[in-house]
Amino acid sequence: MNAGHWLEVDRLEELARLEAPAQRVDARVKAVVTLVFVVCVMSYSRYQVSALMPFFLYPIAMLARGRIPAGYLFRKILMAAPFALAVAVFNPFFDRAPMAALGPVTISGGWLSFASVMLRFLLTVGAALILVACTGMHRLCAGLESLGMPRVFAVQLLFLHRYLFVVAEEGGRMTRSLEMRGARLRALPGRVYGSLLGHLLMRALARADRVYRAMVARGFDGEIRLLRPTSLRGSDWGFLLGWTAFFVAARIWNLADLLGGLLSGGVS
Amino acid sequence: MSHHVVEARGLGYVYPDGTPALADVSFRITHGEAVAVVGANGAGKSTLLLQLAGCLLPSSGEVRIGEVPVTAQTVARIRRSAGLVFQDPDDQLFMPTVAEDVAFGPLNAGLPPEEVERRVAGALERVGMSRIKDRPPYKLSAGEKRAAALATVLAMEPDVLVMDEPSSHLDPRGRRRLIEWLVSFAHTRIMATHDLELALEVCSRVIVMEGGAVVADGPIRDVLNDEKGMLAHGLERPHSLRHAHPH
Repeated sequence: MNAGHWLEVDRLEELARLEAPAQRVDARVKAVVTLVFVVCVMSYSRYQVSALMPFFLYPIAMLARGRIPAGYLFRKILMAAPFALAVAVFNPFFDRAPMAALGPVTISGGWLSFASVMLRFLLTVGAALILVACTGMHRLCAGLESLGMPRVFAVQLLFLHRYLFVVAEEGGRMTRSLEMRGARLRALPGRVYGSLLGHLLMRALARADRVYRAMVARGFDGEIRLLRPTSLRGSDWGFLLGWTAFFVAARIWNLADLLGGLLSGGVS
Repeated sequence: MSHHVVEARGLGYVYPDGTPALADVSFRITHGEAVAVVGANGAGKSTLLLQLAGCLLPSSGEVRIGEVPVTAQTVARIRRSAGLVFQDPDDQLFMPTVAEDVAFGPLNAGLPPEEVERRVAGALERVGMSRIKDRPPYKLSAGEKRAAALATVLAMEPDVLVMDEPSSHLDPRGRRRLIEWLVSFAHTRIMATHDLELALEVCSRVIVMEGGAVVADGPIRDVLNDEKGMLAHGLERPHSLRHAHPH
């Protein structure tokens, strides 16, 4: 009876429990690598497209090594897509200066920057989701805390995540009871919607309060503790240094162009 | 072993929104006693339990657990000696797996990892749930959830067990197993329940509440057998007492 299913929020946690190579990497290492990845990807100029291509290697490798289904991850990324679209959608209209040519088709600067924004969105949001999917929120927050993130933020993040489940469960129950009484969520009058959302908020707050009480009753004092505190192994260092070196190299040299140059025998 | 004594003296509580919940509640529960708190819905049972577990602080009067008054300063100590089992196990289970959930309390108590592991294994074994230790709590059946919630509290090795509706949502077999555990525990046990038959089997004493006050307190068979009194407080005389034959 888990209504959280319609948001599939629990799926990320399930993936994090798999015994796969990507899941075994230390949470701190994965957090740092993801951060370097995001910084590198975001630092490109707005018209850059080809240089971003090598960065797809990281998410693809993690999907494979973490046994994370690509379709599921893509659906999650799509949920956030409207935000990126809102940022990029006007570029093709305002920036019409021709920038590149693909055979007979000229591509304007606007379309290039649109593609660049969408690619960077895909890469960064994907990397962040992969980080959670192969680490788990609890372990990740504990890792971030030991990396020096202020405890208040780590605990906030943990609670925010837990709250998502709470709201999803309450919301699922309310929708079910609506459906049982023949109502359809999309066809409700505005007044009912208002009341529904108000109820959802109050119920979720009350439930969050009970969960917090249960935590406090078992001695929770703001510190996240783990049963098996992780220590860095050789493979963790390898993961950290290998990927960081790759990202920095890809940032300095346009690996896609280099490869293209090599393949075409250096003629172009 | 004065650890296990639970006492309320003139306890009163008003919720922050102004709703009065408890008024002048007094009782003393001694070591190893099993006490049922019964009463109609809204009689103040759940609020009383939150007080006894150190989740709420009294507005007036006092609560003493093991001769220590519950105050903002002592509340951390109180929470270690009184274990509260919530009415809805979903409120109590919030970690990714059952084992991690059971480990949550002992870890917060700062115990060394080997001791935590020992307590987790012990508590799960006690409620027969060792086989589900690596499963996520939300995938369990209601009976398994109840057992897991109980294990999270047992792992803290409390002196006093405080339970809100322990038998709700349980099928007859699950309920029977629960009764066996409750009878076998040596802790001081305080449970709010509408399941009067369970109360009769587990508890020797009953506290009847109405409108936030204690209206009866005594040996369970005597109090529950009083048909008039029971009806007056929105309760019923239990079936098993009605048909009991004198021996």
